[in-house]
Amino acid sequence: MNERRNSIVPYVDWFTICIYGFLVIIGWLNVYSAVYNPNHAGIFDFTQYYGKQFIWIGVAFLLAFLVMLTEASFFSVFAYFLYGITVFALLAVRFIGAGTKGSHSWFHMGPIEVQPAELGLFAINLGLAKYLGNENIKMSKSTVRLRVIAMVIVPILFILFENETGVAITYTSFIFVMYREGLSGNVLLVGALTILLFILSLMGSQLVLTYVLIGIALLAFVIFTRRKRKDLIRIGSILAAGLLIVWGTNFAYNHLEGHQRTRIDVFRGSNVNVKKEGYNLHQGEIAIGSGGAWGKGFLRGTQTKLNFVPAPATDFIFCTLCEEWGFVGASFVILLYLVLLVRIVFLAERQRSAFSRVYGYGVASVFFIHIAINVGMTIGLLPVIGIPLPFISYGGSSLLAFTLLLFIFLRLDANRLQILK
Amino acid sequence: MNNTLALRKFIVGAIFALACFAFICRLFYMQVVDDRYKLDASNETFRHVTQYPPRGCIKDRNGKLLVTNEAAYDIMVIPGQVKDCDTNSFCNDLGITKADFISNIKKAVILNTSSHASVFMKEVTPEIYASFQEKMYKYHGFYSEVRTVRRYPMKIAPHLLGYIGEVSKELCLRNPKYKEGDYVGISGIEESYESDLSGQKGVKITMVDAMNREVSGYKSGKYDTLPQPGENLTCSIDADLQAYGEKLMENKAGSMVAIDPSTGEILALVSNPEYDPNLLVGNVRAKNYGKLVLDSIDIPLFNRALMAAYPPGSTFKPIEALIAQQEGVLTENTSYTCPGAFHLGNISVACDAAHGTLQLEKAIAMSCNTYFCNVFMSMMNNKQYSTTEEAFETWRKYVMSFGLGTRLDIDLPSALRGNVPSVDYYNRFFGKGHWKGATVVSLGIGQGEMLLTPLQLANEAAILANRGYYYMPHVIKSVGDKNTVQKKYTTRHYVPIDAKYFDIVVEGMSEVVEEGTAAASKIPGVVMCGKTGTAQNPNGRNNSLFIAFAPMDHPKIAICVVVERGGWGAEWAAPLGSLMVEKYVTDTIKRPDVEKRMLEGNTLQYLAMEKNQPRVKHKSKK
Repeated sequence: MNERRNSIVPYVDWFTICIYGFLVIIGWLNVYSAVYNPNHAGIFDFTQYYGKQFIWIGVAFLLAFLVMLTEASFFSVFAYFLYGITVFALLAVRFIGAGTKGSHSWFHMGPIEVQPAELGLFAINLGLAKYLGNENIKMSKSTVRLRVIAMVIVPILFILFENETGVAITYTSFIFVMYREGLSGNVLLVGALTILLFILSLMGSQLVLTYVLIGIALLAFVIFTRRKRKDLIRIGSILAAGLLIVWGTNFAYNHLEGHQRTRIDVFRGSNVNVKKEGYNLHQGEIAIGSGGAWGKGFLRGTQTKLNFVPAPATDFIFCTLCEEWGFVGASFVILLYLVLLVRIVFLAERQRSAFSRVYGYGVASVFFIHIAINVGMTIGLLPVIGIPLPFISYGGSSLLAFTLLLFIFLRLDANRLQILK
Repeated sequence: MNNTLALRKFIVGAIFALACFAFICRLFYMQVVDDRYKLDASNETFRHVTQYPPRGCIKDRNGKLLVTNEAAYDIMVIPGQVKDCDTNSFCNDLGITKADFISNIKKAVILNTSSHASVFMKEVTPEIYASFQEKMYKYHGFYSEVRTVRRYPMKIAPHLLGYIGEVSKELCLRNPKYKEGDYVGISGIEESYESDLSGQKGVKITMVDAMNREVSGYKSGKYDTLPQPGENLTCSIDADLQAYGEKLMENKAGSMVAIDPSTGEILALVSNPEYDPNLLVGNVRAKNYGKLVLDSIDIPLFNRALMAAYPPGSTFKPIEALIAQQEGVLTENTSYTCPGAFHLGNISVACDAAHGTLQLEKAIAMSCNTYFCNVFMSMMNNKQYSTTEEAFETWRKYVMSFGLGTRLDIDLPSALRGNVPSVDYYNRFFGKGHWKGATVVSLGIGQGEMLLTPLQLANEAAILANRGYYYMPHVIKSVGDKNTVQKKYTTRHYVPIDAKYFDIVVEGMSEVVEEGTAAASKIPGVVMCGKTGTAQNPNGRNNSLFIAFAPMDHPKIAICVVVERGGWGAEWAAPLGSLMVEKYVTDTIKRPDVEKRMLEGNTLQYLAMEKNQPRVKHKSKK
């Protein structure tokens, strides 16, 4: 027993750590390239992004090490406590925090800046895992469902209150966790359909969509049902919900504030001036496209390096990667992410405790939604939403948040054999 | 329950995989299939900066600089970077008003947006630039670009040298070498030797960032091309002679063309009224050009030496004498009697005096109209030809062989061909068969429908000097370092007149100066052969003409002088021509009285009187 406690090394999943390390190094090199400037050639120049990122990577490794040294039960015991503190911080930051462009989401503590919405992801995840990991809790109960949803909705509302819509959206990723734990697949389907309908109503005409929906409803009623009153009500209410989304989206679009509305315009490709509002997206697409199959080579990117692409080291770092490493490099990174996600799901499934499993699914889900939204917006499949690409984007707060998220899970995983089912 | 839920890991995994698959497909489309983005990228990041070559300089035959380049400075502005500008001192330095400042900035923003550089002020002189440059560090967003402008140190020969101006849109479309805003030769040597003078533009490829700031050169200049400077030209004119001619022609309308008969090189090409060529340079060009174009009295931009056509009058008589001898209807001993006018039927041509009976040599010396009307008639009535038309056509062919009535292939643009009327013309005018020799007899004394340019007359003098041939007149001796003259300027063009017939005509011409009509223009120590002309002008006073060459043996110069409204040929053109010849052959003027009279003379008054308008001066006294 003592021996086991002293050495968790054999039980740590080194495969995941390797992928993590690989991604962090890829990120660092791309940050270096994105802001590369022959005048500050040294990659350890601490006045530059890449120098700072190097420090953050060091801090992240230290943090990971500390997490691995922590007793696994600590996370389970303090889960609710951490959850509570985070929710409190999310509310408090609205009043005492600072931010940019009308958001209030950052705590400034001397030289250190912390965004609780990002850093607190692990705590929300822990809280959720603690609750769902409980032996007596079953998702089939509606009260449980409501409580779980509330545990996610409350932080989302606070974050929206901070005016950080992008980060709030990442919290919806916990729906995958709920699904795994027994939420009806229909919810996922409805969610997917809602997103699809939402995007369609942003891109297409409200009127056409309305007719199409009514048409589908009529067809479904005639062909797939027995044309009973019950069927009519069911299909009618689904139709009503669909129309509500379409009209609601349009209503919301028409009442959006300036920059948000512009982002939607850019995404729709309408009313867009490529020199102004559409600039980011347009330049980003040029950078990606100009990379070609094999890329321009390390430090050879022109679009990203020459400030054509805004934020080439942070939110748009995938552009840099695509430009310099081409289709081959970009696909490799995407596949690397996929391997990471699948590995985490695999690890989650081998947990003996529901707590660890739920937490693991949470980690995978949060990573997935970040990757999907960031890559999706960069390559023009989604509207621009300013969230980082895990482990690759420049930024200490997000790197530490993702490292924390992942390594707590790896710590739990390393401990899996000591848990009696 | 748990077992079925455990299967959901596959669904979750599938969703992850599906999303990644979608991204990879999209990337494949953007990066491999669609090359629209690649093109965009190269447009946005490389900036091709044109490197302008210096235009070639032009020197005279003795190496004196006629045209050179001088630095001028374009003040450039990037409106978006202008801040905290002390406009008062800024405007003082550049000598503009605040309103100019504002409107120039606005123009720049409209033209190239506020984050791109535009020209704020074009071609500022070095003097203004010197004071501006000292303070330029204070004016954020402004910088300067050097370019070269033409300078004419001797302020002479504007028509010959021509000027440069911004290239027209049509030329840009026609010739990819030019881009809008480039300069191109518009007239004179600048136009005809444009391809030699302009050189080759170079391109420097630099990388720019999204703010349009230059970041660095591209691949250490591997793909840059250096500008090739334009070739220097050596002009055949003698700058001193040209300057002297321009001084002599002040206050006279007309032109002088002097040719070296042994090479066809033009020694002087004066057309007055003229202007200071420096007026059409730099940022004052537009303003001055407008003034010059609108001057309808002097028409200073009009190059009379190549484009004005005059009846040659008596200066045509030597040609007449040569043709008639070659045709066998005239010998040096042929004599006619002059009663003071030529009478034939109802046609009569007046003579200056009753010359009595004279032979060819005297007839040339005294410029007897009667004699040459008879000569012309003898040609028209030549038994060799069955009709007048045939005789006339033969005569015309001879005339044209002297380069008269044809466009001489000079290396300057816009030389005109003049006019030697054709058989067709008279057939149309009088009707076929309704005209005969007597009808057109005034052609025999260089009147009637015949119109020749000063260049053609000077070339005629050169033919007489060479006794039977000429080199095509040209103004450029050599291009660049190589001493190569175009082949067309080194071939002799013979006229179909036997050399023996020239002697008597040349004798007559020397007598013109010795004791004939131009006796007052005799040059001490130089035997000059000349011929005066007093050509009737339906619009006013007669035009005064003179052709000459000297010395009589081994001629060094052939010249034609035309003074519009000058009156007698001996009154203005002959003395002016003799001064030019004296200056060129002896390099000193030993007849200060003649020179003084010519310098002070003013025949422009007659022209202004005709048009009844005041004159504008475009050239200050040199």
